[in-house]
Amino acid sequence: MIDFLNSLVVLLNFIIIPGLSYGSQLALGALGVTFVYAILRFANFAHGEIMSFGAMITILFTWFFQSQNIGLGIFPTALLALPIGIIATIILCIISDKFVFQYYRHQKSVPVVLAMVSIGVMFVVNAIIRIIIGTETIKFSDGQKFIMKAKQFKLMTGLNEGLALKSSQVITIFLTIILLSFTFWFLQKTKTGKSMRAFSDNEDLALLSGINPDRVVFITWMIVGVLACVAGTLYGLDKSYKPIIYLNLVLPVFASAIVGGIGNPFGAVVGGYVIAFSEIMITYAYKKFFVYILPGPLEPSGLVQLLSTDYKFAVSFTILVIVLLIRPSGIFKGRVL
Amino acid sequence: MMKFERYEWIAIAIMISLFIFVGFIQGWSVSLVILNMCIISAIMTMGVNISWGYAGVINFGVMGFLAMGGLAAVIVSYPPIREAWQVGGTGLGISLILLAMLVFAVMYINKVVTKKSSKYWINSIIIILGIIIIRHFYLNATANIEDVNPALAGFLGGLGLPIIFSWFVGGLFAAGVAFVIGKVALGLRSDYLAIVTLGISEIVVSVLKHEEWLSRGVKNVIGLKRPVPYEIDLQNADWFINLVTYLNSSKLNNVIDINDRQQLLNNLIIDGSGIFVKLSYAILFLIVMLIIFYFANKAQLSPWGRMMRAIRDNETAANAMGKDVVKQHLIIFVIGAAIVGVAGAMLVTLDGLFTPSGYRPLRFTFIIWIMVIVGGSGNNLGAIFGGFVIWFAWIEAAPLTTFIINQLTLGLEPTNALKVHLLDSVPYFRYLFMGLILLLILRYRPKGIIPERVRHS
Repeated sequence: MIDFLNSLVVLLNFIIIPGLSYGSQLALGALGVTFVYAILRFANFAHGEIMSFGAMITILFTWFFQSQNIGLGIFPTALLALPIGIIATIILCIISDKFVFQYYRHQKSVPVVLAMVSIGVMFVVNAIIRIIIGTETIKFSDGQKFIMKAKQFKLMTGLNEGLALKSSQVITIFLTIILLSFTFWFLQKTKTGKSMRAFSDNEDLALLSGINPDRVVFITWMIVGVLACVAGTLYGLDKSYKPIIYLNLVLPVFASAIVGGIGNPFGAVVGGYVIAFSEIMITYAYKKFFVYILPGPLEPSGLVQLLSTDYKFAVSFTILVIVLLIRPSGIFKGRVL
Repeated sequence: MMKFERYEWIAIAIMISLFIFVGFIQGWSVSLVILNMCIISAIMTMGVNISWGYAGVINFGVMGFLAMGGLAAVIVSYPPIREAWQVGGTGLGISLILLAMLVFAVMYINKVVTKKSSKYWINSIIIILGIIIIRHFYLNATANIEDVNPALAGFLGGLGLPIIFSWFVGGLFAAGVAFVIGKVALGLRSDYLAIVTLGISEIVVSVLKHEEWLSRGVKNVIGLKRPVPYEIDLQNADWFINLVTYLNSSKLNNVIDINDRQQLLNNLIIDGSGIFVKLSYAILFLIVMLIIFYFANKAQLSPWGRMMRAIRDNETAANAMGKDVVKQHLIIFVIGAAIVGVAGAMLVTLDGLFTPSGYRPLRFTFIIWIMVIVGGSGNNLGAIFGGFVIWFAWIEAAPLTTFIINQLTLGLEPTNALKVHLLDSVPYFRYLFMGLILLLILRYRPKGIIPERVRHS
């Protein structure tokens, strides 16, 4: 019995909790990509940099608040700076739309051209970020780091295995639940949300029934800004902020959106968790788990690891390719908001 | 032979004058270094341009194909490490045979089993079982190989042939990978295809980074043999000293003192040897570039090229005319990737080292795409022009930015925090320039600087 509990704690500590928090970050990012895809109809390669930009503004204001000795006690100061980061990210999105994307939308350009344009935006935002904050790794989480330390847990329960719970992980999961429920409520219940779904479903019909396209696009960028900034900040808070990381993050984010069915918000969320859990589960060494759960003679000698952790990123693309081959529209049927 | 329009002649003149300009301002050595990279970039750009410009097949996997070319350079030119072959060769061979058997088994099942759901189940079970068995042999073999003298070797080495063969082999390697990717992914819509190729190129690079038995991984392979002479050999060669003396005879004759003259001659020889090496590279690369350019143009003007344009402009119509669109897409994707692979091998040849961790998508995929878009997709001269101009801008952005920042902050103290910060972040301004160039071109000249010619034939 004790062994069984121990093995459960191992799974919880090394797979389920990290998977949930990483999955939440991916889900928020993928939701943003999916919104752009459903309403504006292109693959936004700049999304990773938008996330990074939001995180950067949040960090700058976190530093400002820290220097003024304004804090939230046990919570990280970044939470206080997050609203400012969100506003800045929304402004960035609106500006990039006004000066760049709008023109091509009115020209009715093909999606590939818009994707190229988004690469241009990616370069510009990337440069702005590097010019402002450099390329160093930045740790900006403060406040109480752990809600529960491994040692505490061991003392509390008398088990061999510890369970560590970082506050950033709890904040991530908590914020994700709030944002997701708000987004889905907005899409399902409000008039604007319904008009957005109509616009995504059939643009001509939506225009015919008097939906203002500029308003829909504006609201979309606002939602994308909020989601991207929160996702970027949470990722930075959980691991650490490094501008280059976000370029690599854009691929798992795309993978999540496509695996779930691009254009489908619910799919994007599920896709985020699917990608996160498969990345972690395939590269985790299960030796400890099996040592607890199997009787002595059956205990494995090797690490019981399917793939080495070096291939963490490759896992998400492999899943992406497999899904595209077997079910090109994603797990949930894509292309409807 | 093709005729150039007037603006195309202007473009060629601009390219040549850029290097002469840099030659006089920053020295001929710098100019040649930039030129070499420009030529390689131009070849990469032509590769992408062939698939995108001719047939509209998007290829965001440039980085992966370049890395395959680089791997070819290592495998062809590095001397074989016999010890590693002895300890791990059999194990690797067995796992390779098992892998081939697995692939055939899956193909056989796909043919025999018709029910879709049971096909997936049987396939996944066989693949998982196969992987478990292969891993047993494979991990043992690779661990043994990586234990052979890890500080210097730790990998299988290569064939020990002259590196120049690798340019061809690099093309083959990249074509092989492209064939697999194309088989898997080419049915997808273009933006999906972009993401998938980008993802697969990341997989290729991460395999090269972590399979140390093959490519030495992050430990890098250094000291690849050059196809051109070494500077130190040149400096001791009589014919080279005579050549330098002959070329600079007027300059040398002006110096009367014999010691001064010897000193001057030595300096000239050292400078000259560096320039000679870079020039030889440039000539080799130029030959490859012109060959590819010639055949690319031939192909574009041929009936095959016309078919490709037809497929690009209207896939359905081309299909209705009996053209096999899927097959032609695959062919052109493979050809484009092969040319990129050639460029990848040349890149490693020029550097003399293979660093898998150096392959990053921003530098090796997106910049190449900017070159294609800026130069003009569908026009080979445009591709070369784009490769030259963008690489030139990429290199010269830093000095230019330093100059601009210094001019703008002329009134500020040298210790001013803003000025210091801006000068520190000079390297990042090149990304800004690249993004702005791409956005401006896409907005005001969406067909590129040298657009594709409209042909009425």
